[in-house]
Amino acid sequence: MGAKMFGARVPRLEDPRLLTGYGNYTDDFHLTGMLEAAFVRSPHSHAKIIKIDKTAALKHEGVVAIYTASDLPEYLRDTTVPFQVPNPAISQPFQQRLLEDREVCFSGEPIALIVADTRYNAEDAATLIEIEYEVLPGAADCKTSLENDAPLCHTQSLNNEGAKYTVGYGDLDAAFSKADLIHREEYWIHRGGGFAIENRAVVAEYDELYDMLTIWSATQSPFLVKQNIVDMLGWEADKVRVIAPDVGGGFGPKTVYYVEEALIPVIAKDLGRPVKWIEDRRENFLATNMERDQYWDMEIAVDRHGKLLGVRGNMIHDTGAYMPWGIISPYISATTLPGPYILPAYELETRVALTNKVAVTPVRGAGRPQAVFAMERLLDRAADKLDIDRAEIRRRNLIPKEDMPYALGLIFRDGKPMTYDSGDYPKCQAEAMRLGDYEGFQARQNAARAKGRHIGIGIANYVEGTGLGPFEGATVRIQPSGRICIYTGGGDSGQGHWTTLAQVCADKFGVKLEDIDVQKGDTGKIASGVGTFASRIAVNAGSSVHLASTEVREKAIKVAAHMLEAAEEDMDIENGRVVVKGSDLSVPLSDVARAVQGMPGFSLPGGVEPGLEATHYFSPSQSAYCNGTAVVEVEVDPDTGNVEILNYSMAHDSGTLINPFVVDGQVQGAVAQGVGNSLLEWMVYDDNANPVSATFAEYLLPSAPETPNVDVTHVESPTPINPLGVKGAGEGGTIPAAAAIIAAIEDALSPWEVRISGAPVTPSIIAEKVRAKA
Amino acid sequence: MSDRRTISVTINGETFEREVETRLHLADFIRHECLLTGTHVGCEHGVCGACTILLNGQTARSCLMLAVQADGQEIKTVEGIAPNNEELHPLQQAFQDNHGLQCGFCTPGMLTTLIEFLDENPDPTEREVREAISGNLCRCTGYQGIVAAALDAAKRLQAGS
Repeated sequence: MGAKMFGARVPRLEDPRLLTGYGNYTDDFHLTGMLEAAFVRSPHSHAKIIKIDKTAALKHEGVVAIYTASDLPEYLRDTTVPFQVPNPAISQPFQQRLLEDREVCFSGEPIALIVADTRYNAEDAATLIEIEYEVLPGAADCKTSLENDAPLCHTQSLNNEGAKYTVGYGDLDAAFSKADLIHREEYWIHRGGGFAIENRAVVAEYDELYDMLTIWSATQSPFLVKQNIVDMLGWEADKVRVIAPDVGGGFGPKTVYYVEEALIPVIAKDLGRPVKWIEDRRENFLATNMERDQYWDMEIAVDRHGKLLGVRGNMIHDTGAYMPWGIISPYISATTLPGPYILPAYELETRVALTNKVAVTPVRGAGRPQAVFAMERLLDRAADKLDIDRAEIRRRNLIPKEDMPYALGLIFRDGKPMTYDSGDYPKCQAEAMRLGDYEGFQARQNAARAKGRHIGIGIANYVEGTGLGPFEGATVRIQPSGRICIYTGGGDSGQGHWTTLAQVCADKFGVKLEDIDVQKGDTGKIASGVGTFASRIAVNAGSSVHLASTEVREKAIKVAAHMLEAAEEDMDIENGRVVVKGSDLSVPLSDVARAVQGMPGFSLPGGVEPGLEATHYFSPSQSAYCNGTAVVEVEVDPDTGNVEILNYSMAHDSGTLINPFVVDGQVQGAVAQGVGNSLLEWMVYDDNANPVSATFAEYLLPSAPETPNVDVTHVESPTPINPLGVKGAGEGGTIPAAAAIIAAIEDALSPWEVRISGAPVTPSIIAEKVRAKA
Repeated sequence: MSDRRTISVTINGETFEREVETRLHLADFIRHECLLTGTHVGCEHGVCGACTILLNGQTARSCLMLAVQADGQEIKTVEGIAPNNEELHPLQQAFQDNHGLQCGFCTPGMLTTLIEFLDENPDPTEREVREAISGNLCRCTGYQGIVAAALDAAKRLQAGS
């Protein structure tokens, strides 16, 4: 037996290809006769379209076709993007048409599609399309858009409320009537995007001979793209193949199905030629979904010891102009607030507001960073007012390990009661405090202040439901060469599925990771799939690989026993060979695979089914709840407002680790995104909801100098709900970041008693707050 | 008709002669005319750094240059970094060993930028590495693995020289 691969800190199999320039991203495909597409998008956040004139554009060099809504096949003219996740709380589920020719509701909404020999000519022609608009006022801010006199997001809507619901439990009146301290405060978390460095991209090719449509898309969810194409375009499922090749980052926005993923295949079939569309960065700012804008008006009740009695309030969520994923993000927000704490009573009313902005769908963290911000800020305020240490007030309220599984009293978005399956929250907080030397901070702060420097510390906890169903499957096949191939549905946008899924499989056969291939994100390779989002692949696909590998192992032993005339119970698999224990007898897996291909005229050995392979679709009974604690130390310059993160410590519990190397990377990257949400990333709109920050020079992503190293420690609480004990790890780093970073900034500025109730905070905001208190 | 010129550009030792539109940017030339798709395009406004190449040994944003400006010049792209098909360059190996990449999209620009940097600063501090890649955006790694890889590569390159 070789070294155990499951749990090993090994480098990734993906890397050599990607490091030498031989990845295959969607824009890397050059198909014979391929045309290129460019879109004409609304320059207004809200307008009626009076007239579209494409005469001049059609005459431009290289133009092959121009499509507006009226040029589409009749059945597609008024078709809207399928509504993914309905919910009775949604009253006005507006969905986007493929191309709009009546009323555009966000700046960037597609109106026309130009197909030309080159992208350059297509973009030239796009500028020649003349569109007459009647500009309408736009609903810009989700809070004001719910007021009675606000401009309507859609002129045919009743008002701008898209959904309304309340979640909660317990006796709030009793909680608040016996409280020693009640604190009420409003919080705001601003919009942020995924901003993968690879923009969205679609290539489609129609093969007339086989009546087969193949689509390559830079998507996290090739099976959802296929399902939507089938539903929307009415094509037979077995005539559509969707492939997510190498995908250059996802972070949520590439989970969702977009109109471009419907239009490019339609046009490729219509023109009988392959068509490519590569989103440019400006389009990415305008037309790729974002998240996060929420206002929270919250009230906390605690006793004099800081014990939580109740939390109640209202939240307003900005959903943009359309609701392709319904209320997924705000619903997750509402159910995330209680976090790792014993909270006896809780109620939150959420109103989802339509605004004339690009649709809001999950971005890494998916509604949780906002909820954690609200809860952790409330705890900080209660601690300060009661003169209890901020970590201590948390410790007093954490759910103890002995109380697991812990029923929260809420219903999660999968419709099931929320039950935390496992976890050791007190240990996690203690580990993060140890890592960040929380105890030693006061001395550091005193020493810094003596030198005129202002450092502060912040702490935040979170719990995150990961690994949601319905399923993600895997086929494990041993090929006649002896190489093992794993097929799974979700695409890979940097997570390292090849490596981690190979690690789940390798030990079953005693093979090296290099002997295993993983083909992912291709609807032609496995019958069913879902996608890579919601921190779900390790849980779902990982468990399926485990189950399928186990079955293949049993089958290999059964066949080999027949071949070697030995008893199954005497056999084992080592180094890719089935061996009879304690003897020299063995047969390589390649021979076993060949044997079950069959020989004309002969029965299969041992009466098994052909093929050395198995497929499983693991479906979890509920979410696996991961958790973590961030402890952050910052230095703030009160004059300039500059923030430097001195120390970022994170204790993270995502259950059993398949590859700590990969999980560390996930946490570090997720933290960086949280740093952006806390200090940098600001999507600016004018009063009419027109975006004014549509480049990376205006919307700032974290770059290397301001991104901290993250000290990560893992607390491993295996979940009982899947056979591997794993929980999702892709989003945890982002979730408590804003809460902890903002708390640290406030602590650094405590001599001025600066209070911060929103994120991001830029240097100018901080400096202004200090000046106001000076 | 658009203005066209015939240009000759040497990329990774191979000479590509093509007739191109004068407005074609260099990244599109490398990717779509020469079919060397390792160089990536992430913003086309010179901020993200994914398209960084080595032009006569110096880094350049290939999205901010016209192909015709590269006429007669020598370019190295990510495909030309490894010494041969079997081995990785020490910097590439350090990226793998330090988890310096996830999706791989920014990686070509990181590598070309760091090759120039480590050539000029063979023994850099962490702060210097961070400044050196401050013009290259990575959304996956939080830069931690990239910085570790660069520092590790500096040691390997020094030991090897």
